[in-house]
Amino acid sequence: MTLAAHLLDVQDLHVSFNTRRGPVVAVAGISLQVAPAEVLAVVGESGCGKSVTAMSIMGLLDPRKGRISQGQVLFDGHDLDKASRRQLDQIRGHQLAMIFQDPMTSLNPVLSIGRQLIETLRRHLKLDAEQARTQALSLLEEVGIPAQRLDAYPHELSGGMCQRVMIALAISCNPRLLIADEPTTALDVTVQKQVLDLLDRLRRQRDMAMLLITHDLGVVAGYADRAVVMYLGQLVEQAPVNELFAAPAHPYTRALLNAMPDIDQQNARLPSIAGSVPDLHERPVGCAFAPRCEYADARCREQPPQAVEITPGRAVRCWKPLNETQA
Amino acid sequence: MTTPPLLQVRELSKHYAAPRSSWLKPRTVVKVVDGVSFDLAQGQTLGLVGESGSGKSTTGRMLLRLLPASSGQVRVDGQDVLALPMGEFKPYRQQMQMIFQDPGASLNPAYTIAQSLEEPLQVHASELGKAERAERVAQLLEQVGLKAAHGQRLPHEFSGGQRQRIGIARALALNPRLIVADEPVSALDVSVQSQILNLMQDLKERHGLSYIFIAHDLAVVRHMSDRIAVMYRGRIVESGSRDQLYGSPAHPYTQLLLASVPRMRATVQTPQAPVAPIAAASGGCAFIQRCPRRSPLCAEAAPLQREISPQHWAACHHA
Repeated sequence: MTLAAHLLDVQDLHVSFNTRRGPVVAVAGISLQVAPAEVLAVVGESGCGKSVTAMSIMGLLDPRKGRISQGQVLFDGHDLDKASRRQLDQIRGHQLAMIFQDPMTSLNPVLSIGRQLIETLRRHLKLDAEQARTQALSLLEEVGIPAQRLDAYPHELSGGMCQRVMIALAISCNPRLLIADEPTTALDVTVQKQVLDLLDRLRRQRDMAMLLITHDLGVVAGYADRAVVMYLGQLVEQAPVNELFAAPAHPYTRALLNAMPDIDQQNARLPSIAGSVPDLHERPVGCAFAPRCEYADARCREQPPQAVEITPGRAVRCWKPLNETQA
Repeated sequence: MTTPPLLQVRELSKHYAAPRSSWLKPRTVVKVVDGVSFDLAQGQTLGLVGESGSGKSTTGRMLLRLLPASSGQVRVDGQDVLALPMGEFKPYRQQMQMIFQDPGASLNPAYTIAQSLEEPLQVHASELGKAERAERVAQLLEQVGLKAAHGQRLPHEFSGGQRQRIGIARALALNPRLIVADEPVSALDVSVQSQILNLMQDLKERHGLSYIFIAHDLAVVRHMSDRIAVMYRGRIVESGSRDQLYGSPAHPYTQLLLASVPRMRATVQTPQAPVAPIAAASGGCAFIQRCPRRSPLCAEAAPLQREISPQHWAACHHA
């Protein structure tokens, strides 16, 4: 096996779903890479395919509804779609873990959190009962839950506490990559900060890479190294976080940044993006963003642009990317 | 005599009896909203912020009598509307409308948009004929940026943002003076959120509306509000003008909230020292367990509202 430079390498991923109105392409050619110990944020509005991308990487798509129709997901050089059940078990849960938006529904309501932790540890790390219990207690401590809550049930814990339990479960086998799908969207702002700070501390201590899926650009700015912006199942821009915020190259990225009210200053009127995200069944022929883009011309509406690398590590899918003076 | 402000809320409370932990123990009372008071002038927006469970939505609902208050007054033009029998409340209710978080759930899925918009007119403006009502519906849809022809469609045919426009049109149907907007944009995507916020501001200017703007997003509240009240566990802990509250927050809870918001631009972050755990004190300040500035006094007496600068109030012993 050759040594993979990227921990996660998603190449030209296409995911389609069967719906009553016929097949629909939710992810239309995503390529992204995550280096070891790196935090990559995936940003976009609802329906842009960011969660579907995460579910495909984890192999959690419901096979009756959705499937990877093209492309591949390589984890540490292994093609996850072609991996045997046994190999998958070795990777998923061990080296690759995921936390979700709603921690309450991701935990088993009839088992105590201790039982859920201990079971996971015993199954994956082959520990005996005593070792697993000790390990569970140290994990709880690590995520900031008092040891006496080991026997608590999920309904006895707050949303923030449940998310901490999910994090403890996810890191229990020392994953190399953690996928966090809107991990704090359901939480209050003060709790959100605590959970994000916890994730940040853990991933630094453990050299764990993270794929952070969010719609909140503030979260991206504070906690990610690089970001990809998605729109209608495609990447429209990819950049290191500071460059993305300083000089967005795609009109959609810039419009998103401008449309958010700023908590630190007063703006009279918000520049808004006209219209709304089109239905996936009615994907525009040319650039997906053209119908809402203030710079769109005939070419934008007729021909889909390709992603172009503008500077090393920065790519944009646009016929007329913004330069820094425009931005 | 000076005319009273549009809305004066005095000591508004909502208490629920908590289920008994044992039949041997006395019933305890949960104070979901506890002694909330504020004024709102015509044409102004008051932002109500706080985390989930702080009582901000309950407050909004009690103002419109969608939820009966346990005690307190809601004065509209000086008249306490909570004390009125329902029949006499009706003309006031017309002037006070609500916009909800999930416009999909608040529209009848079997009614066309026009039917949903006509309903308040039939109840409150029965003098209007059929043609006049249809005209008003078309006018309302255009006001919120939709087309008159959209009236013939059903709610599921619209996107979330369009449905919120319909929710706003329905709230406007009876020419209200006050609209209580409960998390009107929190279910919407960023690109659509700004459209709705702009629409609400345009309508405010055009009709001289007053808003109670309830939200958990502090940036959105700053953008929309003239004054802001911060709620914590059923009480207002700080209130002031937009600039006072965001420029010089006085209550430790407000400071914590503002410091917790992830910023797009790097700001100077003062790391918050973890607060040592402490037992809850009954009768003391509700924020004591999370407060970095607590003192023995905070455990003994609940702080009262103090005016720390003109029109800037905080309920904290150390503000």
